[in-house]
Amino acid sequence: MRRFRALIKKEMIHMLRDPRTLIFIFMMPIMQLLLLGYANNTEIKNVPTVVFNQDNSKASRALLDSFQATDYFSFDYAVYSQAEVYRLIDAGRAKVGIIIPPDYNQNVATRKTADVLVLLDGADPTIASAVMSAAALAGQAHGASVRSQQLALQGPTGSAASPVDVRTNVLYNPDLLGSYNLVPGLIAMILFQTATSLTALAIVKERERGTIEQLIVTPIRSWELIVAKIIPYILVSFANTVLIMAVGTFLFGVPLRGSLVLLFGLVGLYLLPTLGLGLLISTAAKTQQQAQLMTMPIMLPSMMLSGVFFPISSLPLFLQFVSNLLPLTYFIYILRSILVKGVGIELIIPQIVALTVFAIVLLGLAAMRFQKTLD
Amino acid sequence: MSNEILLETENLIKTFGTFRAVDGLNLQVHAGEMVGLVGPDGAGKTTAIRLMCGALSPTSGVVRVAGYEVPAQVEKAREQVGYLAQRFGLYGDLSVQENIEFFGEVFDVPVSEVKQRAAELLNFAGLGDFTDRPASALSGGMQKKLGLASALVHRPKVLLLDEPTGGVDPVARQEFWHLLIALLRGGSAVLVSTPYMDEAMRFNRVIFMNHGRVLTQGEPRQLMSRLEGRILELDAGDQMAARQIAEDDPEVEDVHTFGNHLHLRVSSAKGPMERIPMKLKSANIPMEHMLQIPATLEDVFIHLIETEGEEYEQPTPSA
Ligand SMILES: Nc1ncnc2c1ncn2[C@@H]1O[C@H](COP(=O)(O)OP(=O)(O)OP(=O)(O)O)[C@@H](O)[C@H]1O
Ligand SMILES: [Mg+2]
Repeated sequence: MRRFRALIKKEMIHMLRDPRTLIFIFMMPIMQLLLLGYANNTEIKNVPTVVFNQDNSKASRALLDSFQATDYFSFDYAVYSQAEVYRLIDAGRAKVGIIIPPDYNQNVATRKTADVLVLLDGADPTIASAVMSAAALAGQAHGASVRSQQLALQGPTGSAASPVDVRTNVLYNPDLLGSYNLVPGLIAMILFQTATSLTALAIVKERERGTIEQLIVTPIRSWELIVAKIIPYILVSFANTVLIMAVGTFLFGVPLRGSLVLLFGLVGLYLLPTLGLGLLISTAAKTQQQAQLMTMPIMLPSMMLSGVFFPISSLPLFLQFVSNLLPLTYFIYILRSILVKGVGIELIIPQIVALTVFAIVLLGLAAMRFQKTLD
Repeated sequence: MSNEILLETENLIKTFGTFRAVDGLNLQVHAGEMVGLVGPDGAGKTTAIRLMCGALSPTSGVVRVAGYEVPAQVEKAREQVGYLAQRFGLYGDLSVQENIEFFGEVFDVPVSEVKQRAAELLNFAGLGDFTDRPASALSGGMQKKLGLASALVHRPKVLLLDEPTGGVDPVARQEFWHLLIALLRGGSAVLVSTPYMDEAMRFNRVIFMNHGRVLTQGEPRQLMSRLEGRILELDAGDQMAARQIAEDDPEVEDVHTFGNHLHLRVSSAKGPMERIPMKLKSANIPMEHMLQIPATLEDVFIHLIETEGEEYEQPTPSA
């Protein structure tokens, strides 16, 4: 235990006495977040909207009024068929389509639930996600006021369900990759970068500087060496996660819906395969430059294929298969589910299992290959 | 000097690819003995020492360190070994004090002792005033001393020093040897590799190695006595021409330049002592002097390398 403590102390000193790297570790994600966040964060108002009102009653016009009151929608087109709605969105002239069913008035009046369909052009995810929540909110608010009027006039009879149900349907980019998803994406990327490349570098550095030689002739065990090497980077990774989430939330209003305990637990789980990968690289690389280069063939596909920037569903089938082999894919899914959708652990069990398998395989391989000798 | 063998290798072999860097090495170092491992660049000294401390695993053969077998009991063996690598291997970003304490702690020196032991060693090494300085900011000689102090912090039974004075100025080299001898105070087995022949005189025993094997070994004086009467020193005006004349003599085996002298190794002294002055005279080359001198270890070394140790029986170590 004393040996281990001495090692940890030494690793912390290495990290703290290299302020340039440390600053870089913390500045990089913030810079990326600020750049991408502000670039994406244009004010959303008067989004061109096409309306197909099949009901055309007083009730349905009241609903449309409350949509318009949000300032998000500009009712530029009124059409008379569903096909025309799609045509205008396809052509990019409208970004939102609102379809009110013929039985809207009847359903509301009889205290059933009336369905309203809102179609969104997901190609612009920032707009789409903002409009999506605006539409849902407007629908809910309108429904609540309709219901309270009914209660006041007719007394409590019939169903208590909301009279208006706004269904949203995102065209083209159903995952809505954009600013809301930027923060989960960045967290995942940064964890990947710090954990994999910094761990690999930390060990290769000892080899390159010749200090590994004095180190391996001590009674330190391999596992002590490995664990001591990665602990500082686990700490840094958690600190970074907190930082990115704080900036994302305060500056860009990114939602933090799910359980933070669950989130950090799973960040910890994700770090295991990632650190394992770093250790594996360190067993193969002789110089820091080699180590850096070796992370590239893993880093690039991870960025491109895990769904950070491009929706997985838009990838060719073969690449979709490759994306299943990347731990990052599962982690991104987990992060988005927790942060944006606020889901609990029960809905992400398969992803957790996948990460656990990756952790066992990669750490196992690393432990097998990591030898405390120079050859 | 006790007769306990603290360090021993048996048919030690290490190959890199198809190349045998250590090729059947057999050697022993006793408690209290300081042995020099001498050989030209690439002889396999570093590889041999790395095998002894378990930094490399042998292709075949065993090392025994204080009763523990390497590689089988390498972790136990490591606790008994102090090793100073040829290349500076301490942490440049850690201070002098932090470095030595780190090695003390990982070698499990009792908590109550670490600081005191570190202070003692550093003061002795003349580093007492530099404890807060980053190791990277020390001079080469100071780095070697810090390396030695760190290697000794856990009082190892076996000390392995790989060219501890390499790349260090002569004054610092002197200081290093004084420090080493003062710190040892008997008991340990010490194996030191060095390329400096003048330093080899300091050892109880010298092991010459080349191509991964032991060429010969013995006490320095005994080794030198093997070339008794076979080294002549020649000092002549035109060194180039004198060298040519010397090389043409049938009984001269080898000629080397030492400063402004020539050293001739001869199979017997009498013939050359008569012939060469005559030839110089008839060639009109002024001769300052020509005399028999005692062989140096360097002469022995060169002789050994050139003859691959043929003229030397493989003697048993003189303990
Ligand atoms: N890791 C390695 N891979 C391949 N060859 C190696 C390796 N280490 C050493 N060698 C080779 O083994 C031979 C012996 O090297 P070694 O470093 O043991 O010699 P040395 O006697 O210490 O030399 P020097 O005086 O230069 O330090 C050299 O030819 C060297 O090139
Ligand atoms: Mg060497």
